[in-house]
Formats: sequence, structure tokens, C-alpha cells
Amino acid sequence: MAAFWSDYIWPLLIIVAESVLLLVILLLVTAYVLYADRKIWAAVQIRRGPNVVGPWGLFQSFADLLKFVLKEPVIPAGANKGVFLLAPLVTCTLALAAWAVIPVSAGMVISNINVGILYIFAISSLMVYGVIMAGWSSNSKYPFLAALRSAAQMVSYEVSIGFVIITVLLCVGSLNLSAIVEAQNSRFGLFGWYWLPLLPMFVVFFVSALAETNRPPFDLVEAESELVAGYMVEYGSTPYMMFMLGEYVATITMCAMGTILFLGGWLPPFPIVPFTWIPGVIWFVLKASFMFFMFAMVKAFVPRYRYDQLMRLGWKVFLPISLAMVVIVAGVIQVIRG
Amino acid sequence: MILQAIFFYFFAGVCIASAIMVIVARNPVHSVLFLILAFVNAAGLFVLLGAEFLAMILIVVYVGAVAVLFLFVVMMLDVDFAALRQDILNYLPIGAVVGVILLIELIFGVIGWVVTPGATKAIAAPIASNVSNTQALGLVLYTRYVYFFEAAGMILLVAMVGAIVMTLSHKPNVKRQNIGDQLARRRSSAIDIVKVKSGQGLS
Repeated sequence: MAAFWSDYIWPLLIIVAESVLLLVILLLVTAYVLYADRKIWAAVQIRRGPNVVGPWGLFQSFADLLKFVLKEPVIPAGANKGVFLLAPLVTCTLALAAWAVIPVSAGMVISNINVGILYIFAISSLMVYGVIMAGWSSNSKYPFLAALRSAAQMVSYEVSIGFVIITVLLCVGSLNLSAIVEAQNSRFGLFGWYWLPLLPMFVVFFVSALAETNRPPFDLVEAESELVAGYMVEYGSTPYMMFMLGEYVATITMCAMGTILFLGGWLPPFPIVPFTWIPGVIWFVLKASFMFFMFAMVKAFVPRYRYDQLMRLGWKVFLPISLAMVVIVAGVIQVIRG
Repeated sequence: MILQAIFFYFFAGVCIASAIMVIVARNPVHSVLFLILAFVNAAGLFVLLGAEFLAMILIVVYVGAVAVLFLFVVMMLDVDFAALRQDILNYLPIGAVVGVILLIELIFGVIGWVVTPGATKAIAAPIASNVSNTQALGLVLYTRYVYFFEAAGMILLVAMVGAIVMTLSHKPNVKRQNIGDQLARRRSSAIDIVKVKSGQGLS
């Protein structure tokens, strides 16, 4: 019995506690990322942004949460009820599930699996189901059109993200996320991270990440001026909030992934004394915040792409570039390492 | 071990249940969604076997790409599946024959495995214990089975070219944008400032 306790129950409790802690922190961070997104957007347009609820509007996201939760969920009469309610759940759960393998500091990860990067890639390729299921089950024209658009968009940009990941993996030689970060640890610090040697791929990754998470300028999925709000038209209250939550968590996941793949994860920018004193988590958060700041700035000043331009960019520009880079990087590594 | 057994029966049970639902679900979209559930549970079984790379690839390729297109087609098709379902008894004998053949093959496989457990080891390359799953697969795939791998790649390439050739059509009299021309536009070529006389307008 004692062995049963120490072998099964205790590790289970620890994992549950870790997961709950991670989820709470993640949801809090998401609330403030949403706030930051709105504030940055407002600042670019010389507005104030949310500034009423709490000091400087800091509690705006929580007020929004309360409002969504207290509203009545409306399910259209013609909707396919089960799938309709499953869609937001799928989006939200998958977005949160990706965080199980993301290391925020050396050893600070819930599950340090061998195929971490593939796991995240698999999860993000499943995100498209939330959109398709929502679009189909709403039994309405706008959501359906938006779902078709969005599925094509997400599947297209996944291809180039896949090739970007492959180039990084070629340099690292492992699919483990912690190993990817450790491989960028060199005496050059900041300049040894992969953003510099793989600069074209960093750009491709950044743009593809915007498209993959349906962030502006690639938010054709939601395009409120033509498709009203895309696949979410028929949703309200808590299900709608879960879509928004899933979308923002997926965006943060992409920021974290960019940080790990190209910005050296939790490594300090200079491997010398005052920088190495600061714990890795802080560096990780700072870098991920920087990534998100760039996402938010793009949202603020790049106009929305037209759909055919989006497809052209994905298939005719990014795919050839990333394919060529895979070949070039593999060749260079072969020459260097003999 | 008991934990693994619990998870095995969980994944296997859900997998079989959803496979049955694929066949009996009235709505074809529900069928595809159950198919996806079956794929994901199969990936769970792969993880239990220690084949984590295969599990993730199964999800990325089948669930993330193939099943999406499948779902697309099923959603867009205007087929009366209720009418098709009425013929189910006509197809039952053929389906039963295929099912029985598969079952017999499985039984033979299991018998062979039980009688001579060493037989599979002679065919399959031994797995080195100190390398990860992905690495072991890569080492075998690009050395011992490299010709099969290349052949599979060529077949897929031919299939892809075929699909593109079949769907690509250049219609005449369709105006298309040339991105190069658009980017080459300058103010001088795009804007003409004209003084318009009052009451006459532009010709």
C-alpha cells in the first residue's frame, strides 16, 4: 500500500498541483496580455484604451470575464447542439494543453518529453477543428464561409511553420524543447541564438505565427467588415469567451515557441555576471513579452491582407523560401560537421 | 504496470467505440469527427508502446491535415446519406467478407507471435536502447530502407503533380493580378492630374 501511495498517488498529486498552478498563472497572464493588446493598439491610435475599471483599467479583463459569464448562452435553433458546444471547448482545451511541454526555465516544465516540439506542432494543427466545427454546426452562411477560409489559411501556414521548425531541429539535433534552448547557449550570448544565423526563418516564423493564430493582418477569419465576426457569429457569452481565450492562449503559445526556437528561451542575453544572476523565468517572460509586443504592433499598423494575397504569400513565397532554407541549412551543417 | 493497463484499456475502448460510431452515426460530419477521435486514441496507444514519434506524426498528418480535408469534402457534398444508408443490407455481405478476412489475418498474426516470438526479431532491425525513438527511426529510414523511402517520396510527388495538373485550369478572358506590375506602380504612372473646365467634365 505504501508503495502504491509513493508510486502512483504522490506523483499524480504533484502533477495535478503543477498543472493547476500553471493554468492559474497562464490565465492571469492571458488576462493581462489581452489588456496589453488593447492598450498598445490604443496608444498607436492616440487613444487611451481601457482605463475605467481599476487603476489604469488594470481590471478590465476581469470585468469582461464577469460580463461574459453572467450572460445567457444562446444556441441557434438550427444548430447542431453537441458540436456547437464542443467547438469552443476544443479550442480552449487544446490551446491550454500545449503549455504542458513548454519549459519556462531550466527544468521548469510539467512534461519534458522527447518530442516536445512535435507535440506543440500537433496541438496547433488540431486548433483548426475548433474553427471548422463552430462554422459547420452554427448552420449559418457567414460562419461556414469563414470556417472554410480559416481552415485553408491555417493548414497552409502550418506547412511553412513545419519547415521553419525543421531548420531549427537540423541545427539542434533533438526534438526536446529544453535541448533546443540549451543548444543556443554559447559564449556569444545574444548573438548565438538562432534568430541571427537563421534570420530569414525567424521572419517566416513570425509571419506564419500571425497567420496560424488568426492575428491581424491575417484575421480574415474574423474580418468583421465582411464576415461580421467569422465563425463566431452565432456565439455569445461563455462559449464566445472560450474562443477568445483559446485564441489568445494560442497567441501566447506562439510567442513562447518563437522565444524557445529563436530567442534562446530562458538564457540571459549576455553570459556574464549581472545578467546570469537574474532567474531564467524572468528572461523567458521578457522575451515572450517582446514577441507579443511585436504581434500587437503589427496588429496596430498593418492593414488586413486580401484572401488571395494571403494564399499567395503562404504557398508561393514562404513555402519555396523555407524549403530552400531546409536544403541550405542541411548542406551547411553537413559541411561544417563533416 | 497497472497504470499502463488502465490507460491501454481506456484508449483501446474509446478507439473501438468511436470506430463503431464512425459506421453507425447518422450524420456524416459526426462520422468524420468520430474518425478523428479514433485517430487520436490510436496515437495514445502508440505513446503507450513507446513510439512517441509515430504518435505525434499520426496526429499531425492524419488528424491535422488528412481529416481536415476529409471533413471539408463531407461538409461540402450534397449527398443524401439517409438514402445511401437504406442500401446498407446490399453491401453487408461484401463488408462481412472483408471484415472476416481481416479478422483471420489478425488471428494468424497473433498465433505466429505467440508460437514463435523470435520470428519478428529476425525481420526487424534491433532497436538500440540508448538512442531516442525519433533518432532510431531516422537512422534506419535513411540507411537501410533509403530506397523504399525514396520510392515512397517519388510516388507521393507523382500523385501531387497529377492532382495539380487535374485541377489547374487557365481560363481565357480572366483578369489576373500581376504582383510585380502592382509593386512597380509609381505615382507618375498611377495618377493623372487634369484641370477640368466647369460644365464640361472629363471626356
